[in-house]
Amino acid sequence: MRPVLEITNLNVGFPDGTAAVRGVSLQVMPGETHCVVGESGCGKSVTALSVMNLLPRGARRSADVMRFHDHDLTRMADRHIARLRGDKMAMIFQEPMTSLNPAYTIGSQMAEVLERHRHVSRAKGLDRAAELLGKVGITAPGMRLGQYPHQLSGGLRQRVMIAMALMCDPELLIADEPTTALDVTVQAQILRLLKSLQQQLGLALLLITHDLGVVARMAQRVSVMYAGQVVESADAKALFAAPAHPYTRGLLDCVPIPGKTAPGEPLGSIPGVVPRIGEGYVGCAFRDRCAYAAPACKGEIPRNRLSPDHETICTRSGA
Amino acid sequence: MIEVKNVFRHFESRSGLFSERRVVRAVDGLSFSLESGDVLGIVGESGCGKSTLGRLILGLMPPSAGEVLIEGQSLITLDRRERARLIQPVFQDPFSSLNPRQRVREIVGLPLAAQGALSAAKQRDAVMDMLARVGLSDAMADRFPAQLSGGQRQRVAIARALVLRPRIVVCDEPTSALDVSVQAQILNLLADLRKDLGLTYIFISHNLAVVEHVATEVAVMYLGRFVEHGPAAPLFATPRHPYTRALLASVLTPEPGVPIPDVGLGESYPDPSNVPAGCRFHPRCPMAIDRCRSDTPPTEPRDGRVTECFLAA
Ligand SMILES: Nc1ncnc2c1ncn2[C@@H]1O[C@H](COP(=O)(O)OP(=O)(O)O)[C@@H](O)[C@H]1O
Ligand SMILES: Nc1ncnc2c1ncn2[C@@H]1O[C@H](COP(=O)(O)OP(=O)(O)O)[C@@H](O)[C@H]1O
Ligand SMILES: [Mg+2]
Ligand SMILES: [Mg+2]
Repeated sequence: MRPVLEITNLNVGFPDGTAAVRGVSLQVMPGETHCVVGESGCGKSVTALSVMNLLPRGARRSADVMRFHDHDLTRMADRHIARLRGDKMAMIFQEPMTSLNPAYTIGSQMAEVLERHRHVSRAKGLDRAAELLGKVGITAPGMRLGQYPHQLSGGLRQRVMIAMALMCDPELLIADEPTTALDVTVQAQILRLLKSLQQQLGLALLLITHDLGVVARMAQRVSVMYAGQVVESADAKALFAAPAHPYTRGLLDCVPIPGKTAPGEPLGSIPGVVPRIGEGYVGCAFRDRCAYAAPACKGEIPRNRLSPDHETICTRSGA
Repeated sequence: MIEVKNVFRHFESRSGLFSERRVVRAVDGLSFSLESGDVLGIVGESGCGKSTLGRLILGLMPPSAGEVLIEGQSLITLDRRERARLIQPVFQDPFSSLNPRQRVREIVGLPLAAQGALSAAKQRDAVMDMLARVGLSDAMADRFPAQLSGGQRQRVAIARALVLRPRIVVCDEPTSALDVSVQAQILNLLADLRKDLGLTYIFISHNLAVVEHVATEVAVMYLGRFVEHGPAAPLFATPRHPYTRALLASVLTPEPGVPIPDVGLGESYPDPSNVPAGCRFHPRCPMAIDRCRSDTPPTEPRDGRVTECFLAA
């Protein structure tokens, strides 16, 4: 089976010298959820925006391979990528109001997507919109079509965003922290929805999150990012059963878990802060925070294959 | 230590020029007390009144009705300096609560200077001692907030809150803006400081796992009331209120293969300017019976726990 999305050696730099993404490679297979997880500033959003060709002006992007199905995204003209965007590859963001226009009704914004990409009539577009609002669990979709974004709660807006992203039957959905701004109760509802839609529609889902709980419940594959690199990638079960990179393990130890971590006892924690990574940075960016740091960590860091689908970048070659 | 007696805080709001005035019932008749050395964790969805309650306890805002007593004294009768020695806040966003033009040593020294009781030398010593306790090196004392990471800024905010050695600290979402690795550092620090300095915490968070980790008492807040309130361990072991159970079910622990729960709360969202009659949770409750729509649920404790629910037998 060929991946829906394939990225090899993606690098993104900004004019101020920040190396935001450094040699990221990942693949998303049809019908699969691939989670990218890491703390703020590690390059998750920049990776997603690279795929969608939505990087801010001035950003420099290079990749050996960046392919969506048969489309070579590294060579495609901007206007051609723009045509794919919102059509066969769609994206939803943390804050729905960044993509919803407060001045237009939900119905007209959703119908517009279909008009733009499929040149269908407004009436047909509204039918499709109502159908999808129903599908994302919104009762009385007909009434919602006539409402404005500010009339909806945060959870409903995020459902509308998901419905809108599905208007053209995308094959790839990129969701960048889609539930981070929501209450936990609503987060659970939205994630359940995403998962069931993904299974029904056979979507390839690239799900970006900082929350290992979300990863555990959603992912088939996981890429753990730190300072612009994928430091560990694995099948989700393997990753949680035997996390290999010291950063991944550190992250898992930091999370309080009801019934598991003992109340009142200290949590595991990772000392220090993420370093600033500029162009030409050499060595492991985690070494100053790592309990296993050794002199070799200042040099080139090897890529280790622990099993056919479990890799780390670390001087410690095993678990 | 803290006694909250039938406290209300309502806000008037008007959504448009001609729309009718609405009353937001942010805190809606709360009574509880807290012993010295305890950590009261307050959880609930956004808008349920957690921060408003925090501000009432801090004396930053008067209640619409009822009273808050700290060590038997009404906050209203205390002046600012007395209050500052008794109770201090730590807020979510350390950046907006720190003056960007002041150095760390000035920020942490300000509460001492406002008291005016110490010589300059003693004040400097107290500041440096506090910075060391929160894990900031001497070199940090001369930095400005913009030169610090999020975790370091929160340490500064904690140092400022503790430099007067208050008895009580109200922490309002102190780690919500931080990455998990930094959250763990700050939670560990707060736990150490509590032991070392004998502090009592009110710990507000929307993260139930964090509250379970830090709290000795837990209050689950919904539309301005504690719908379940009692000692932490039994409450987490046997949650009685359907809302507490829904919140607990929503915590996504990092266990692969476990499905995402159906929390069963439906689509409706609570609105504090339109509090339902009967049990305020009934429109979202998967177990609601007729009585829940009309009658006020019980408020008497059983085994030291209050559960405002008819069905929580
Ligand atoms: N427009 C920009 N100009 C300069 N640096 C940027 C810009 N956007 C993002 N960055 C930097 O790129 C890095 C990765 O950012 P991002 O992908 O947004 O992180 P994440 O989504 O993982 O939190 C960060 O160091 C961030 O400061
Ligand atoms: N100063 C204020 N004026 C008007 N309404 C307010 C004010 N402060 C809070 N509210 C309202 O009171 C309710 C509870 O708010 P808050 O205490 O901030 O909740 P939480 O901290 O649990 O998210 C919300 O509906 C909020 O909009
Ligand atoms: Mg991001
Ligand atoms: Mg709040």
